[in-house]
Amino acid sequence: MANKHDVRRDFERIGNWVDTRSRVLDLGCGDGDLLDYLHTVKQAQGVGVEINDERVIACVKRGVNVIQQNLDEGLAMFGDQQFDTVVLSQTLQAVHQTEHVLLEMVRVARMGVVSFPNFGYWPHGWSILRGRMPVTGQMPYAWYNTPNIHLCTLKDFEDLCDKLGLRIVERVTFGPDKEVKWLPSWRATLALYRFTAAAQPSKQASDVGVLA
Amino acid sequence: MVTAISTRNIEPTQSNSPRTDTTPTDSNPTDTNATPEASVGIVQTQYVEFDQPLLLASGQQLERYTLAVQTYGTLNADKSNAVLICHALNASHHVAGVLADDPKEVGWWDNMVGPGKPVDTNHFFVIGVNNLGSCFGSTGPASIRPDTGKPWGAAFPVVTVEDWVMAQARLADRFGIDRFAAVMGGSLGGMQALSWSITCPERVRHCVVIASTPRLSAQNIGFNEVARRAIITDPEYHGGDYYAQDVVPKRGLSVARMIGHITYLSDDDMAEKFGRTQRAPSADGDWHYGYDVEFEVESYLRYQGEKFSKYFDANTYLLITRALDYFDPARHAAGDLTKALAGVQANFLLVSFSTDWRFPPARSREIVKALLNNATPVTYAEIDAPHGHDAFLLEDARYHAVVRAYFKRIAQEISHEVSHGQ
Repeated sequence: MANKHDVRRDFERIGNWVDTRSRVLDLGCGDGDLLDYLHTVKQAQGVGVEINDERVIACVKRGVNVIQQNLDEGLAMFGDQQFDTVVLSQTLQAVHQTEHVLLEMVRVARMGVVSFPNFGYWPHGWSILRGRMPVTGQMPYAWYNTPNIHLCTLKDFEDLCDKLGLRIVERVTFGPDKEVKWLPSWRATLALYRFTAAAQPSKQASDVGVLA
Repeated sequence: MVTAISTRNIEPTQSNSPRTDTTPTDSNPTDTNATPEASVGIVQTQYVEFDQPLLLASGQQLERYTLAVQTYGTLNADKSNAVLICHALNASHHVAGVLADDPKEVGWWDNMVGPGKPVDTNHFFVIGVNNLGSCFGSTGPASIRPDTGKPWGAAFPVVTVEDWVMAQARLADRFGIDRFAAVMGGSLGGMQALSWSITCPERVRHCVVIASTPRLSAQNIGFNEVARRAIITDPEYHGGDYYAQDVVPKRGLSVARMIGHITYLSDDDMAEKFGRTQRAPSADGDWHYGYDVEFEVESYLRYQGEKFSKYFDANTYLLITRALDYFDPARHAAGDLTKALAGVQANFLLVSFSTDWRFPPARSREIVKALLNNATPVTYAEIDAPHGHDAFLLEDARYHAVVRAYFKRIAQEISHEVSHGQ
């Protein structure tokens, strides 16, 4: 669903946000690479959720604890505030129950982290102007076989957070080669957010500029 | 705490060193990579005798008892590579390999345990043990009672999963094993593994619970009760003391097995295997309009029931179904499974199967949820397999890949500790 280059930078930034030895839940954890990385750099105690058999086996092979479950069936298995951080890395756009999953994230963890491909990336608009659905390195699928059913732009996502009462603590945007800060709505291929439930006072609130 | 090992049928081994079976394929124990799968070969049973009384959950006491045991692979120097396999209702200590006198008698989990198999005996020392009250060599209702010289029959005490674990723990002592690399089982065997992690937390490094449940449902108990009534109301049951009459309540036991068997299979599985196929239709394909076997499924169940009644002891069936009914570790924690599992030290692997309606995935998820609540490391695989409860005994590439990968991690963990002198 994404090119490898972006995944790594995604990881580094998430690694900076995760406290040492904290508990991390990774939704749609794939082959467990992020949790493996967070364990290496932060000794994080990770749990992954994954539906795909092959990826579950890959997790077990690398020693990542994984729960085989469909995200759209909800996070009922997880108790309130059981984790410090819950991550939904490049999976949001493939989730059916988007609102429910975002709300569940702030129920099971203090901090939510979401990354997704930015549909507002300017070549996508160019592609649509030429009459074609965009197919890029970030979203390499054709319209008829894409798992990405809920694509959005930065603004779309921020509006949804607003509607759901989620407070965005920090946003990082990446272009094809590096982090972009100027005109991210057009220039970013990948957006990374961390957020909390609005009602919950956040330790990070004061030291980070609130975006959106 | 335990007396020196004494064995029957084979020569006594000295001190605590356990005997391993001669395995023709056990030739390359250091190869950590994929070795071709093979059988552990011809296996032998050892009968380990205990003469220290075992106090049971019921308050009764077993003065002395024997456990039938098989082992595969080699116990390493620091005795850290032992895996205990716990059996379900109708199985035994014969987990893998074949018997010398009957090469067709393949162990019940032979596809799981052996050289190069998911539980790889090139790396692990695997113990299969027949539970107390069973009928395959361990002391049970059909055994001769030392004080009377007659079979125990109905007088054999009711035993629980916890009692089995205590007896197995004494067996571990006998082998000099302080801590198992893993305790593993499917169905009722999974309950024993779970019980191990609760009752002897420091003795279990990994707990592998497959197609199991933290307690039986009313429906599960209902099926067990039907089975027991079938046995107990058989005129040849004689209050459990049928041995003296030289008969067995085979009709009741057959029916018990038939109903049990239905609960092991999925509806789809039965539809595919038998559908509504007629056994021997009339010439014109019409019904026989009677009550003898009409459908294939009837013939199959009758055959399974009759076969079972010839080798399984009816009292053992009663005893084991009751042990199933009574299993409920949360009972001692006011019904709170999270609390019941609060003290476990093991890491967990749980596996369930989508079409298992006897112990469905939701039951395994309850255990997973309780473990997550306690921040206990747990991996859970939910295998989409068509074979119902029986899937845990069958070969499925995904299921076996998960177990294989998990046991590889355990093997790495152990060798890492050995190399670091821990």
